Amino acid sequence: MDTEITLRVDGAAHPLTVDTRTTLLDALRERLRNTSPKKGCDHGQCGACTVLLDGRRVNSCLVLAVTVGDAEVTTSNGLATDGQPHPLHRSFVRRDAFQCGYCTPGQICSAAGVLEEARAGWPSAVTADLTAAVELTDTEIRERMSGNLCRCAAYAHIVPAVADVAAAEGVRR
Amino acid sequence: MKEFRYERSPDPAAAVALLAREPGGAFLGGGTNLVDLMKLGVATPDVLVDVRELTSAEVSDLPDGGLRIGAGVPNADLAADRRVRERYPVLAQALLAGASGQLRNRATTGGNLLQRTRCGYFTDVTRPCNKRSPGSGCGALHGVHRNHAILGQTFEGPGACVATHPSDMAVALVALDAVVRVLGPDGERSLPIGELHRLPGNDPSRDTTLRHGELITAVDLPPLDLPSRYRKVRERASYAFALVSVAAALRVEDGVVADVRLALGGVAHTPWRARAAEETLLGRPATEEAFAAAAGAELAAATPLRDNGFKVPLARNVVVRTLLDLSGGTR
Amino acid sequence: MTTIDRVLGAGIERIDGPAKVRGSAPYAFEQDPGEPITHLALVQSTINRGRITRLDPSAAEATPGVLAVLTPANAPRLSGELTADLPVLQSLDVHYQGQVVAAVVAETSEIARAAVGGVRVEYAAEEPDVTLRADRPDLYAPAQVMAGFATDSVIGDVDGALSTAAVTVDATYETPAQHNNPIEMHTSMARWDGDSLTLWDANQGPHTIQRDLMTAFGLTAGQVRVISPYVGGGFGSKAFAHPHQILAAMAARVVGRTVVLELTRQQMFSLVGHRTPTIQRVRLGADSEGRLTAISHEVVEHTARIAEFAEQTATATRVMYAAPHRRTTHRLARLDVPPPTIMRAPGETPGMFALESAMDELAHTLGIDPVELRIRNEPPRDPERDVPWSSRSLVECLRTGAERFGWAGRDLRPGVRTDGRWLVGTGVAAATYPSRRRKADCRISVDGRGRYLVEIDGSDIGTGTWTALTQIAADALHVGLGEVELRIGDSRLPFAGGAGGSTGLASWGSAVVLTARQLRARLESLGGQPPPDGLTVDGGVPGPSPHAEQYSMHSFGAHFVEVRVDADTGEVRVPRATSVYAAGTIANATTARSQFLGGFCMGLSMALHEESLQDEHFGHFVNHDLAGYHIATNADVGEIDISWLDEEDPWVNELGLKGIGEIGIVGAAAAVANGYWHATGRRIRDLPLTPDKFFR
Repeated sequence: MDTEITLRVDGAAHPLTVDTRTTLLDALRERLRNTSPKKGCDHGQCGACTVLLDGRRVNSCLVLAVTVGDAEVTTSNGLATDGQPHPLHRSFVRRDAFQCGYCTPGQICSAAGVLEEARAGWPSAVTADLTAAVELTDTEIRERMSGNLCRCAAYAHIVPAVADVAAAEGVRR
Repeated sequence: MKEFRYERSPDPAAAVALLAREPGGAFLGGGTNLVDLMKLGVATPDVLVDVRELTSAEVSDLPDGGLRIGAGVPNADLAADRRVRERYPVLAQALLAGASGQLRNRATTGGNLLQRTRCGYFTDVTRPCNKRSPGSGCGALHGVHRNHAILGQTFEGPGACVATHPSDMAVALVALDAVVRVLGPDGERSLPIGELHRLPGNDPSRDTTLRHGELITAVDLPPLDLPSRYRKVRERASYAFALVSVAAALRVEDGVVADVRLALGGVAHTPWRARAAEETLLGRPATEEAFAAAAGAELAAATPLRDNGFKVPLARNVVVRTLLDLSGGTR
Repeated sequence: MTTIDRVLGAGIERIDGPAKVRGSAPYAFEQDPGEPITHLALVQSTINRGRITRLDPSAAEATPGVLAVLTPANAPRLSGELTADLPVLQSLDVHYQGQVVAAVVAETSEIARAAVGGVRVEYAAEEPDVTLRADRPDLYAPAQVMAGFATDSVIGDVDGALSTAAVTVDATYETPAQHNNPIEMHTSMARWDGDSLTLWDANQGPHTIQRDLMTAFGLTAGQVRVISPYVGGGFGSKAFAHPHQILAAMAARVVGRTVVLELTRQQMFSLVGHRTPTIQRVRLGADSEGRLTAISHEVVEHTARIAEFAEQTATATRVMYAAPHRRTTHRLARLDVPPPTIMRAPGETPGMFALESAMDELAHTLGIDPVELRIRNEPPRDPERDVPWSSRSLVECLRTGAERFGWAGRDLRPGVRTDGRWLVGTGVAAATYPSRRRKADCRISVDGRGRYLVEIDGSDIGTGTWTALTQIAADALHVGLGEVELRIGDSRLPFAGGAGGSTGLASWGSAVVLTARQLRARLESLGGQPPPDGLTVDGGVPGPSPHAEQYSMHSFGAHFVEVRVDADTGEVRVPRATSVYAAGTIANATTARSQFLGGFCMGLSMALHEESLQDEHFGHFVNHDLAGYHIATNADVGEIDISWLDEEDPWVNELGLKGIGEIGIVGAAAAVANGYWHATGRRIRDLPLTPDKFFR
């Protein structure tokens, strides 16, 4: 069933026609041909499709496009500002935090979400004291980034890539 | 995915009225489970009524010292709520043990309660499954069932089903004696969470006692005045459903169990309130032997399948260890 | 290895990195075919064996937006030369679960996927035979096993030596079926222009895919172009053509439009291969000092009814340790399963789990440190081929790894260390992988301004080829990195074998080096300056190293792990690991570290999680998605110390580069299982080490 919507993606508004069945991921990839979010499973089991929806990381494969409304969609590509790479872009390259690169934009959106959640003081499953201030230790980063599978298994490089930016932003000592 | 109409409503009552007129319709919350099931062809609604922003996304204090959680509160926000972290650590831990950061951002409180089983025969429309296709049989009973139920299954007839309930949050809520507030075509009602989920009995197609058109609007938590915690065992360190989980709350006075709440996840078609264990423990010394006896009392009813017998000692061990941790005991 | 004026070995950041992190490097589906894209969705068999008795596509055909439904009745005929699972929609016979029986082309992906439900299929099904057992009466010896290895090897009198050995180990190890599961799902986008086909495709070698498409449709090389500059992982499953490439091309031809087929994750459990399960009996005989007198390694594995795939599981055992009496065998069962394929270090990975577990058991029986046991059995020459090693640094890997890990003083006793409720142990295992070179052509051009263009159909599936091959070229051309433009991943480029068998950089790099030498010689003859209209040279390497017969060529490595097992739950954690490798020249220190790390972690994932669970009655892989088939998450991976030795090997190829794509995974699972035993006293001989096994 076709429906007219307007998607706000990386700062630009895109009027488009979608099927009610169209996911946000497919709207981005197949309708708008935005290559930043990736499809790795289409069932919320890998995290490759992670985007920020009004600043919160979500699996875009499980969000129906018709439900997005005027929420702002940010992809990894959209994290760059004025053509300059985001600090996470730089740290992922510097730490070689990927190999094939297919899960990487999702990892980076997820990492951006992790930093924001840590700033907000959100605990994780490995936070020993639920009421203490959050610090992004390696253990915390590992747990918080576990919704993004990397079959090349660059995990041990993803952790320092996120940690570098966390330290620069004050959520890690 | 089957074609469907997408509807929004101005308020919960209108949504309920709308869905009541649509026998093949469904409410859409965060969609993290429903959209998945629609892609698989397991759920085939012809109308989706979007309630994600319709029900409350607020956590509010109740006069008795408890909390009211709006059905639209995302799992992530609930886990991060300071009152939940301070007063109901078992709930925060259960939420944080579930899914991933992305999924918790999207999944709602109401939707989490209504998650459907991850049984590999249920989610594959080409296989028999009495839950998905009543009367077709239970593929898991003699199939791949290492992570299936050990308690309360139905083994024979059209009700045969050995699936487990996948939610972590619900296990904690069951231990907390939460109350589920529901708005239906006939108005509002409340039910203890223990009455929400049901065992397969002779109709595993029904996970809950909710009627068509009934919408969960909130979950009320009674005050909790005893230490609590959640422990989940899974096959990898994160981002996996439970093999076994335990939600527990325990107060020990003068070395004796003064109050205890215990619920198990990953063992049954419902989050499993361990009443037999609780009754065994109350008034008994808070010792490892007593905890083991209590776990044994609960698990005496276990009827494991060919390949999931390990869940019995596993559940026993996790119960004992969690209670020991809560009692400050060591071994 | 780094020198001041060369870039080979330097840890240069990935050239393709900035595009990949933003998501602007175009993978298969993300290429622009120049016209609107239609979508293909598949109907798959729900039986393992039998015949289609009725197929009614009418409801699907009547769906608005559906352009065509391909069935065995109307699909274009393909060449009869296609084998295995490639002759798609050519017959009503069903040979495996998930075989494609119809395909729907539609204007959108939503319409195509939904219309699949409108194709009615009925079957006459036969009882599937899917269970591998070592006592099956129908096991047979294949003519040879993969990569041209002999099926069996027998030297001396193994049974006699075992019967007189001071100490023996006799144990059977099992590994389950596993799936490659690269995160980019296999995807093919096809467009025909007249009789010419363009396929934007996720693969490990465009020429390999091109060849099968030429065969399928009776086309010349000039008529088929396969384009694959960026590929989201492969690990073997993208090495060869599978049904989806044929289907995409077939559907595009039928509808006269560009068609994309993006397999679903679930479909990847039946349509792109898997690693065979194995049952391996290993017998070791040794004297009281731990010197091996006999090694026997007998492997049972499965293959498909329609295609023989014989994994070379015991071949690593032929090179690892000295022993006068030796035997390795491979036996297959033909089952109603989808065709298996290669998966990262096919053969060595499951085989070394068995051998390196058995060595650990022998060390315990003897009361000898397992590192020392391996060193005592170091063979001076290849123990079966009786030729010298081109280079072999296993002992140094073991010693260096032991030093870095802090192995010294390790208590040999199992099951005696605890940290709270954790049972703590450490484990070691060795690794090896053959070093091979394959045919590769190359073209290098220089323009009048001294800009170099290097063209070769190599692949970068995450391996770092874009960067490392550019470094190799810059060095070989004696110019800076910025003066070299590399083109790979396109069948129009000069021929090269795919990324697989750790042969990629060894082969492509050699071709680039030799071609560059030719070009430089030509330039020198022209006075050192390129002519105004430039110069182009074609070169390459013809195949294996000319020294491959005289020398035994292998990389080696050693893994050390700390394993913690929860005494209450059987949960396993590996908080730290050390791996040391000797693999000849390392082309790029940064991307190489990631290759070793990724290989090791895939082995860790294999040890702890990976298992494709087959329903013996219905015959399908039940856990056919990434929620059911667990691969390691970030939280499963601890501190990993990766290092390598400087090793010069003048014989393997022009660069002395042995290949590093697979060595990391080999032996890793054994190290973890050995550590699990050391922690718990329980020897788990069947992977993975899931919590249920703790309660046996």
